[in-house]
Amino acid sequence: MIKYIFKRILMLIPVLIGVTFIVYFILALTPGDPVTIILGDQATEQSKEELREELGLNQPLLKRYADYMVGLLHGDMGKSYKNNLDVADQIMERFPNTAILALTAILIAMLVGVPVGIISAKHQNTILDRISMIFALTGISMPVFWLGLLLVIIFAVNLRILPSSGFDTSSIAAAARSLILPGIVLSVNSMATITRMTRSSMLEVMRKDYIDTARAKGVSERVVTFRHMLSNALIPIITVVGISFGNLLGGSIITETVFAWPGIGRFVVESIKMKDTPTVLGCVIFLSVMFSIVNLLIDILYAFVDPRIKSQYKLK
Amino acid sequence: MKSENLLEIKDLVIKYETSDGVVHAVNGVNLTIEKGTTLGLVGETGAGKTTVAKGIMGIVPNPPGKVKSGEIYFEGEDLLKKDAASMRKIRGNEVSMIFQDPMTSLNPVMTVGDQIAEVIGIHQNLNKKEAALKAKEMLEMVGIPADRSIEYPHQFSGGMKQRVVIAIALACNPQLLIADEPTTALDVTIQAQVLDMMTNLKNQMNTSMLLITHDLGVVAQICDNVAIMYAGEIVEYGTLRDVFKSTTHPYTEGLFGSIPSLTADVKRLSPINGLMPDPMNLPIGCKFSPRCKYADDRCRSQAPVMTQLSATHCAACWRAGKEEN
Repeated sequence: MIKYIFKRILMLIPVLIGVTFIVYFILALTPGDPVTIILGDQATEQSKEELREELGLNQPLLKRYADYMVGLLHGDMGKSYKNNLDVADQIMERFPNTAILALTAILIAMLVGVPVGIISAKHQNTILDRISMIFALTGISMPVFWLGLLLVIIFAVNLRILPSSGFDTSSIAAAARSLILPGIVLSVNSMATITRMTRSSMLEVMRKDYIDTARAKGVSERVVTFRHMLSNALIPIITVVGISFGNLLGGSIITETVFAWPGIGRFVVESIKMKDTPTVLGCVIFLSVMFSIVNLLIDILYAFVDPRIKSQYKLK
Repeated sequence: MKSENLLEIKDLVIKYETSDGVVHAVNGVNLTIEKGTTLGLVGETGAGKTTVAKGIMGIVPNPPGKVKSGEIYFEGEDLLKKDAASMRKIRGNEVSMIFQDPMTSLNPVMTVGDQIAEVIGIHQNLNKKEAALKAKEMLEMVGIPADRSIEYPHQFSGGMKQRVVIAIALACNPQLLIADEPTTALDVTIQAQVLDMMTNLKNQMNTSMLLITHDLGVVAQICDNVAIMYAGEIVEYGTLRDVFKSTTHPYTEGLFGSIPSLTADVKRLSPINGLMPDPMNLPIGCKFSPRCKYADDRCRSQAPVMTQLSATHCAACWRAGKEEN
């Protein structure tokens, strides 16, 4: 098991090389000159040339990439073109906000999605099932910005019970209040996916022979549902929860924009607009590491949920 | 109610109501199992054998399955009139069931010890530790070392899984054991072992058994009485000797005809022509008539009634009792 985890961590290296390579070249090939963006249109040709020299931009692309990678190995993500601040510091300043929002959203999504999925499966083809599936379909199809604005109008503008934007960290209660609306909005898509996956996974397990065995033992319906059905239906549910959470950690551009959330999603978009290569690269690398770690955690979690997977890991 | 009958099924009708139509799975079955005896329920795939078993256990999947009418007396009480909670007390405790396919009838994410202990924990007043201990005893009893109780089903072979299933079924010393093709999924040597073990355990615990199978060899080996089932009906019923020696129903005859013989020099087997009728669309009259070589107009228009041939033997055929085979 430990050997397996170690192997998986080693596998991160080629992933990261690939990610940095692609992002670096895409940014270099897109039109727009960072020097002009930094200095403005009025700058003289000479001052531009000086800045280019200073930033190392007049060197060949591959050389620049190699230099960047060497710096990265030393833990240096470079400095932002925009404000000359350390990229790593800027990411670490914003990431906790995104992480808290993502965690809130995924918790809401799970706490609603899994029970609704179970109820839906247990009452397949009844009115309850239909209602839950309509709810899930709506959740998947609804545009996030529309729901976000709608909730802001209802709860912040009209009812005035929740803040409309920002992350107020002055107290825990204030932080919790500012998390409610963006958390709900961000959770809706994942919630719908989790509901549908829970339902279909439960339906598949419900027809297995071991459920008959459990019933034949005289086990109560509640225990049949949770111990025998749900624990066998968990793998696909964990998978979608994991993927959703990985995506949410990358920050939601729309939700963060609607709620003026000081998170990483908005930060990346602003940096791309500024052609701030070091910042964009730093963010992308950081997020791919995060995504890979979440993936690894899910794979490890599989082993605890399913003993068959655990014994496979032992062989690897 | 006669007191020596442990189980008495009267006119049991079970249907599956699907969107494509109604499946007539069990159509008026009557069966009796006396205490300490074994009844073999024999029939082709799709004859409704498993549905009868699930009907007794009260686990017919609903929807789409429904027990339409009939009575199932177990120790004088009608199981169909009991509520869910009291049925749960009977299931796994007084009546238990071994399922067809050991490969899929164990929960893959629970250790076998836990799965045996679960049934013990429900029905006997034991704490977790005692139940786990009893589960280990049960494992030893079916010939699996107790220290394997912490292993998962995927770590066992098919024959061993079936032993675990049997251990679960026998853990609470049931009065009635329903074994639904317990050996079909196993290879022949393991089959013999499992059957021997079941017979021994049954004798030790004085359990009655309903053995569902399509293997007449297995029936001859361990059953006292035999019921032959066809298209949801019992077509012949009697003691082992009655059914094997004075076979009456043409379907039973056909079943024996399709078994290879070690002694007679026969070039070809004589299978029963045709297929089982579609249970959504059963033929009028005798359900076996389309495949029966003796069938006449009456057979095709009028369903035969059960004819008593002797005190223990009866068959549902118009020819029964009229002419000797």
